[in-house]
Amino acid sequence: MHKIVKTESLAPSMFLMEVEAPKIAAKRKPGQFIMLRIDETGERVPFTISDGNTETGTITIVYQVVGKTTAQMAALKPGDSILDVVGPLGKPTHMEKVGTVCCIGGGTGIAIAYPIAKGLREAGNKVLSILGARTKELLFYEDQVRSISNELLVCTDDGSYGQKGLVTEMLKQLIDRGEQLKLVVAIGPVPMMKFVAKMTKEYNIPTIVSLNPIMIDGSGMCGGCRVSVGGATKFVCVDGPEFDAHQVDFELLTKRLASYREEEAKSYDLYKHNCKLGRG
Amino acid sequence: MDAKERMKIPRHKMPEQKPEERRKNFNEVPFGYPEDIAMEEAQRCLQCKKPSCMKGCPVEVNIPAFIKLVAEGHHWEAIKKIKETNSLPAVCGRVCPQESQCESMCIVGKKGEPVAVGRLERFAADFERKAGKAAKPDLAPPSGKKVAVVGSGPAGLTVAGDLARMGHKVIIFEALHKAGGVLVYGIPEFRLPKEIVQAEVDSLVDLGIELQLNEVIGKADTLDELLQNGFDAIFVGTGAGAPIFMNIPGENLIGVYSANEYLTRSNLMKAYLFPQYDTPIIKSNVVAVIGGGNVAMDSARTALRLGAKEVNIIYRRSKDEMPARAEEVHHAEEEGIIFNLLTNPIRYIGDEKGKVIAVECQKMELGEPDQSGRRRPVPIVGSEYIKEVDTVIVAIGNGPNPLIPNTTPDLQLNRKGNIVASLDTCKTSKRGVFAGGDIVRGAATVILAMGDGKVAARSIDAYLKDPAWWDRPAPEPQPEKKKE
Repeated sequence: MHKIVKTESLAPSMFLMEVEAPKIAAKRKPGQFIMLRIDETGERVPFTISDGNTETGTITIVYQVVGKTTAQMAALKPGDSILDVVGPLGKPTHMEKVGTVCCIGGGTGIAIAYPIAKGLREAGNKVLSILGARTKELLFYEDQVRSISNELLVCTDDGSYGQKGLVTEMLKQLIDRGEQLKLVVAIGPVPMMKFVAKMTKEYNIPTIVSLNPIMIDGSGMCGGCRVSVGGATKFVCVDGPEFDAHQVDFELLTKRLASYREEEAKSYDLYKHNCKLGRG
Repeated sequence: MDAKERMKIPRHKMPEQKPEERRKNFNEVPFGYPEDIAMEEAQRCLQCKKPSCMKGCPVEVNIPAFIKLVAEGHHWEAIKKIKETNSLPAVCGRVCPQESQCESMCIVGKKGEPVAVGRLERFAADFERKAGKAAKPDLAPPSGKKVAVVGSGPAGLTVAGDLARMGHKVIIFEALHKAGGVLVYGIPEFRLPKEIVQAEVDSLVDLGIELQLNEVIGKADTLDELLQNGFDAIFVGTGAGAPIFMNIPGENLIGVYSANEYLTRSNLMKAYLFPQYDTPIIKSNVVAVIGGGNVAMDSARTALRLGAKEVNIIYRRSKDEMPARAEEVHHAEEEGIIFNLLTNPIRYIGDEKGKVIAVECQKMELGEPDQSGRRRPVPIVGSEYIKEVDTVIVAIGNGPNPLIPNTTPDLQLNRKGNIVASLDTCKTSKRGVFAGGDIVRGAATVILAMGDGKVAARSIDAYLKDPAWWDRPAPEPQPEKKKE
């Protein structure tokens, strides 16, 4: 059992959870993930670790409510527990001084881009960050990211905050003004990562994305998390989660993520229905 | 009763669920012998002075001795006798290929049908479980030594049980949330009920063995860290936990599963109880299972129980070359699984959503024997045909899980990525580290993994008593797996 020590609402339907897992907290590196199972009947779900504290022995994950498991998580309070937490899994981000790097975070991806940006800054890089959200209230972690960035650009789809536009347009601004980007790290919804990859490929800028496919065991056993990278089948849990964005087959990833859409909707509806009944 | 009279008793059938019923449920197929039948079957054993059956048992069960005890009605003593060498009798009694091991060497079997050793072992184990208490073997006094066992499958559980009996402190590390490895994620409920695995695990915990679940060695801790943190030796039994695909077009379409994923969803995560359990599994109408081993049979029979209307096994050789146990093939046939032999998939076809809708197959014929000694399947040109399916389960084998090799640079591997270890001692190239089961052999059987566990326990015990044992000339580690 892993005790929850903190929960926080970051934005509508977006939450942070800090949970006791001393061993993982001591070991984890940016880019790595955990698998959790909330209770006996729960599914095993992967979450990238966005922060950790070796003193309190806790790790932080940030998630968006999209289905039953995340809705259940959002209903938990400090003092409640998660049944199983496994990790740290996956390969850590390769940290190296390359010069100027651009870290892009979209949606919950902001929480994952943050520790990577921090690590790249500590490795001696000039870090230019871009955060994107649909609208102002969905943006979070702005101060944290700013504190470890040489420069931060913020954009919203509807122009309610920062510049109006997509992260790709912000990236284009950086390129146009002559920034010599040696690396782009893009983490967020699949379409965002796909369009960033498309743009950086034109400019020949090495680009890393972090993938979040359907996964069962997280240790290379089931093969459910397979993706196509450079024409070869890879298992995200042991070969990733980070890959060369220019080699990733995003169409396949998008399709495979939809494998259980009907079942997920059914499960979520049933949960919401039971919740309402419960409230009487 | 003399030998002649004993030989006259026919081998007793085990009562089982009717095919038309069992194909709709996940309950165990055979019911096991009732007591009177078990005692009669046990009378068939000739109590050979030099019992050859024991030579066929990788975990060295004293077969005539335990069968005599069953024949006399001393079932409690019988299970204690089995447990002197076998930590998992209820499992072995169900999933061992007895027909090619103990029973194949039975003298009674030379003239008629062999004594049903496996069914009697199952009877004794079930007798113990129904009694509600475990026959606890005697433990040696504590040695003060600590051993890490990585992986709680058949090899790991066996080595742990034996080491505990020898007086050593054992901690088992398991990556998943349940102990048992392939016994819980792979082998379905109808062949090996999970409560039986749990009971065997519980009886090991009763011996003082500690279980650390949800701990992925190679990630949470490396082997070097375990050795630095007070473990005197390590046994690696992580199994063949990486699914192999054929690398043919369409293999990543939705609805194309590895057998590992399909069986893990159903067995470990109880997807057959969705939505009470949250893990979903695709509802299938027409299923193709690729492969001819026990895992293929398990996948096919699981798909049927999950509601598929038609389940096809697609296997590239003929029935004679199928690696699955005859009994499992027979059970599958009885339940209505269709066998497409001498057939191989060459590509999968999907719809616009990326879902598999068909498989293109090619007929094969058998050519000259290949390296495995089996006749090589050769494609028949122009025999291609398309079969509509909505689910495919690829059950053509597993490779070694890479997590430990990746984080243990001084562990010698073979070309396939399996850990190199002597089959006579389970010693690896790294001091204090032993390995056995599928991570060394490649995909094999539960009982061979357990046999390795026994060998490893003996070696580890010798090493813990005298560290110089490691440096003594022992049989050289063998670079490739030995033929089974």
